[in-house]
Amino acid sequence: MSGTPLLSLAIWVPILAGFVVLATGSDRNAPLARMLALSGAVAGLLVAIPLYTGFDVHTPAMQFVELHSWIPRFNVNYHLGVDGISMPFVLLNSFITITVILAGWQVIGSRVAQYNAGFLIMSGLLNGIFSALDGVLFYVFFESSLIPLYLIIGIWGGANRVYAAFKFFLFTLMGSLLFLLALLYLFVQSGGSFSILDWHQTPLGMTEQTWLFLAFLVAFAVKVPMWPVHTWLPDAHVEAPTGGSIVLAAIALKLGAYGFLRFSLPIAPDASHELSWLLISLSLIAIIYIGFVALVQADMKKLVAYSSIAHMGFVTLGFFMFSALGIEGALVQMISHGFVSGAMFFSIGVMYDRAHSRQIADYGGVVNTMPKFAAFFMLFAMANAGLPATSGFVGEFMVILAAVDHNFWVAFAAASTMIVGAAYTLWMYKRVVFGPVANHHVAELTDINGREFLIFVLFAVGALGMGLYPQPFTEVMHSSVNELLRHVALSKIQ
Amino acid sequence: MEMQKLYLLVPLAPLFGAIIAGLFCRVIPRWLAHTAAIAGVAIAFVASYLIFQDVQAGNTFNGSVYRWLTSGDYHFEVGFLIDQLTVTMMLVVTFVSLMVHIYTIGYMQDDPGYNRFFSYISLFTFAMLMLVMSNNFMQLFFGWEAVGLVSYLLIGFWYTRPTAIFANMKAFLVNRVGDFGFILGIGLVLSHFGTLDYAAVFAKAPTLAATTIPLFGAGSSVALMSAICILLFIGAMGKSAQVPLHVWLPDSMEGPTPISALIHAATMVTAGIFMVARMSPLFELSDTALSFVIIIGAITALFMGFLGVIQNDIKRVVAYSTLSQLGYMTVALGASAYSVAIFHLMTHAFFKALLFLAAGSVIIGMHHDQDIRNMGGLRKYMPITWITSLIGSLALIGTPFFSGFYSKDSIIEAVALSHIPGSGFAYFSVMASVFVTAFYSFRMYFLVFHGEERFGKAAAHDHHPAPTKAAAHGDADAHHGDDAHGDDAHGEEHHGLAPGQKPHETPWTVTLPLIMLAIPSVVIGYMAIEPMLFGGYFKGAIFVDSEAHPVMEELAHHFHGALAMATHAVTTAVFWLAALGVASSWFLYMKRPDIPEAIKTRFAPLYTLLDNKYYFDKFNEVVFAGGARLLGRGLWKGGDVGLIDGLIVGGSVRLVTWFAALARLFQTGHIYHYAFTMIIGVFVLMTLWVTRA
Repeated sequence: MSGTPLLSLAIWVPILAGFVVLATGSDRNAPLARMLALSGAVAGLLVAIPLYTGFDVHTPAMQFVELHSWIPRFNVNYHLGVDGISMPFVLLNSFITITVILAGWQVIGSRVAQYNAGFLIMSGLLNGIFSALDGVLFYVFFESSLIPLYLIIGIWGGANRVYAAFKFFLFTLMGSLLFLLALLYLFVQSGGSFSILDWHQTPLGMTEQTWLFLAFLVAFAVKVPMWPVHTWLPDAHVEAPTGGSIVLAAIALKLGAYGFLRFSLPIAPDASHELSWLLISLSLIAIIYIGFVALVQADMKKLVAYSSIAHMGFVTLGFFMFSALGIEGALVQMISHGFVSGAMFFSIGVMYDRAHSRQIADYGGVVNTMPKFAAFFMLFAMANAGLPATSGFVGEFMVILAAVDHNFWVAFAAASTMIVGAAYTLWMYKRVVFGPVANHHVAELTDINGREFLIFVLFAVGALGMGLYPQPFTEVMHSSVNELLRHVALSKIQ
Repeated sequence: MEMQKLYLLVPLAPLFGAIIAGLFCRVIPRWLAHTAAIAGVAIAFVASYLIFQDVQAGNTFNGSVYRWLTSGDYHFEVGFLIDQLTVTMMLVVTFVSLMVHIYTIGYMQDDPGYNRFFSYISLFTFAMLMLVMSNNFMQLFFGWEAVGLVSYLLIGFWYTRPTAIFANMKAFLVNRVGDFGFILGIGLVLSHFGTLDYAAVFAKAPTLAATTIPLFGAGSSVALMSAICILLFIGAMGKSAQVPLHVWLPDSMEGPTPISALIHAATMVTAGIFMVARMSPLFELSDTALSFVIIIGAITALFMGFLGVIQNDIKRVVAYSTLSQLGYMTVALGASAYSVAIFHLMTHAFFKALLFLAAGSVIIGMHHDQDIRNMGGLRKYMPITWITSLIGSLALIGTPFFSGFYSKDSIIEAVALSHIPGSGFAYFSVMASVFVTAFYSFRMYFLVFHGEERFGKAAAHDHHPAPTKAAAHGDADAHHGDDAHGDDAHGEEHHGLAPGQKPHETPWTVTLPLIMLAIPSVVIGYMAIEPMLFGGYFKGAIFVDSEAHPVMEELAHHFHGALAMATHAVTTAVFWLAALGVASSWFLYMKRPDIPEAIKTRFAPLYTLLDNKYYFDKFNEVVFAGGARLLGRGLWKGGDVGLIDGLIVGGSVRLVTWFAALARLFQTGHIYHYAFTMIIGVFVLMTLWVTRA
């Protein structure tokens, strides 16, 4: 097993499968395209599973490392490896890809091959981001992963998709350019290395660290997204097809957060400490401000999109308190958010497929016609509100406890999500699902079919499994998180 | 080892029942659902009894089932602490739950959600058992929130009723306000003790008794224990419905009656009381917190009692009496008489479940009319319900020899002996409440079971709310349904008796639990007071600093046996206050019903104040609910749309337009935008490399 390039497989199996699917061409072969896509997604998960089973939890070092020279002239390498921070996301991504392919099964009727291929290729590219250890390789994956997502929104999206796709593109572009400059600067400073691990050791003065930190911040804050560069997300979600929303929420939002852990903290530890007040403030604004904004949304997708931003506020808050509980809580929150927000967007998609509306006001009494759906939706709504025994609780609980240790009033502000988060989620649920049948559209709804049931079960297993027994998830993180904390505690200023 | 399997069986058996009845609720027949659920709870009850005997023999247990999570230096476990306090709660929970399960067969027989209902109440039993059996704060919080979830599901059980689905959301959110404090309290515990394990925390607590934390800036210092205990107690205020977080409990009556008995009277609402008793080693270290507790409890006991006087919905009268009795328990906690609080919790669980189930029986007999003004003379038609209600009411008002007498009298005496700041007010409050409780309890009793038969006549009385009203409230808005559901019957299931129709006694599945609950309502106080309060039963489970708070010792000094306590009672003011309450309600409602009407007109402002429940709901609705929506709208329209999109995006729009126009020049119209982007990206990259090299 040791010789198998598992990470390369996790990256290239879905991408290759994507091209095979693409080759089926026109929609006459749609059933074949779907089957191939599903097989590709399942194969992608299967090759990723040994990453967990073969993972050594006792070492903080990179595992499953692959190193080949790529562009020797600039010392650019095809350098892959995962640690306890990145490995869970490769698995999560491979898992989510299956649900996404299934989610579009009956719904996407035009350009089926292209649609499915887009998701498969994106899946491989996202795995590439989480396993790249070379700056250039990371950047290539980081930027190219946007293309499929951009296309999915732009082609299979809603009425206002072009505006949304542009807004999405604009915000991201702004960050990308600074990020690239930062990478090039590090290449020079490190004496000609693009290895991210080398950069971790590169000594830097306070000013340099601060500039680097800010460049990273712009790039990653847009992706997370953090307040105030978050406004692209609700628009992108509203226009994206269900599958696009699931990937966007479950995986794409994690890229920025992952960037903080892989770049900002270890490369600029002194600046990270120095500017932690800024990040904590922005995180708290995201949690509180966005929570109230979510409360008044009339569009379900916007509401869940805003709730995603608030949940990601917990992630960035957890990172910048520099404690194991905080960082692991944030990582748990990231994984959990993958299951829960993915399921929330899927729930909305299920209703949208039937009634063609995302407006809360167009629904009411859905439980009368879709009882099975209502039960699942309740589970994920509660997970979204952070109810214990669901994964949504674990991360919030850990980050709030870490925050009390850091500063009581930070925790006080963060814990307000207990009330506000429950308020916007349950108020939406009440208006959409409970009550008498509101109109003939609701009266005509049919309950979920076997495929939708299966997708819900997949999400439910993730959300409940992690809520009841999070230990297997956090176990793999300990060594890497402790090493990161040790590293960040050391000054790089010479 | 064998005992440990038994411990696991207690929560898992009801969980299993809940899963059978819930997951397969649409496919299995009703008998299977209720058999599975009842079997699960019955097993839990029997197992609890065996554990009780084992604990009596001196075998307590504190251990972990599995490690839930490790992070940094912290370990979070799922585990059990089995001692006298736990096992008392286990017995109460499983017994009342079993009675309610049996009762449900009769009460819910016509409901299409029969199987779902059984699933929920079994799930509740599981969650409540996890809460009381926990050996750490994390699992406590799990149980705490899980019972809240089931309460939410059950209040909204009839999910098409606008009032019900408003009430369940309100209950959940108000409880979340409490949980907000609770989780911060847990956070402080973890931060200063380094663990959430009860035993470790309690062991370390005395060493941190004098610790202060600069909570309000560097200059100030707050006692750590006071901060922790008050924050934890805020959680208890939500769950145990203490002022001002009590507002959800009266509305929770929207749920079916069996759960009003089980969750909103006997067990879940006592979780806060249990929690404080469990945390006695912490609360004993903070007089500030105890003072806070006793004052909140006293306010609840008195002021919620007043509201019971003017209610006309049979369930709401009992609901306000529950609030008032929870206030009594809280007062006992504040007086460091934790064992007395648990004692009252236990007796109250029996007689209040009895009163609720009897109220439910009356509601069935009255064909779902809940207005006591339409009842009267029911004793002839529903003899078993009548006698058991009388027993429950006598227990509630503290009639000597009944269970409520022993527990309530002990609370009053404990408060009299307490020296904690606020105990003077609390003493006045609990004394006055004796009269108030007797008055409203017997007002209801007389109006329902005695006097003129008023049912059947007023069939035209507004008991069929117009569907338009229901639809209007179903609307998105959080506009409160309170005015609509105050006194009227609600929902389509509610009918009332047709003219000439008579009430009827309910089937055995309903009356059997009444009888089974009536027995402990009479005898449990007499039997349990001596061992529980003075016999060292709670030794090791509840900690009292007898140097600082010698209430229990002094109480023991005054105690000369259960018999003497009851016979001596006739010489006390408490007894005569209660008697006066019963007598005046008889006079006012049986003899001279014109007087209450006159009082109502004469003191109209006071009546309006009570009728509006001191305006708590209106205040919350306008300030908190309205304020939050206003703030949300302001931040959204002003912040997101106005400032951020206006500045950043708006400024870029011109750029985008230009960019798009430029891009279009290079394209035939079908080339994807990304191709161009990529070229630019590669170009920039290459240029920079080349210039570097």
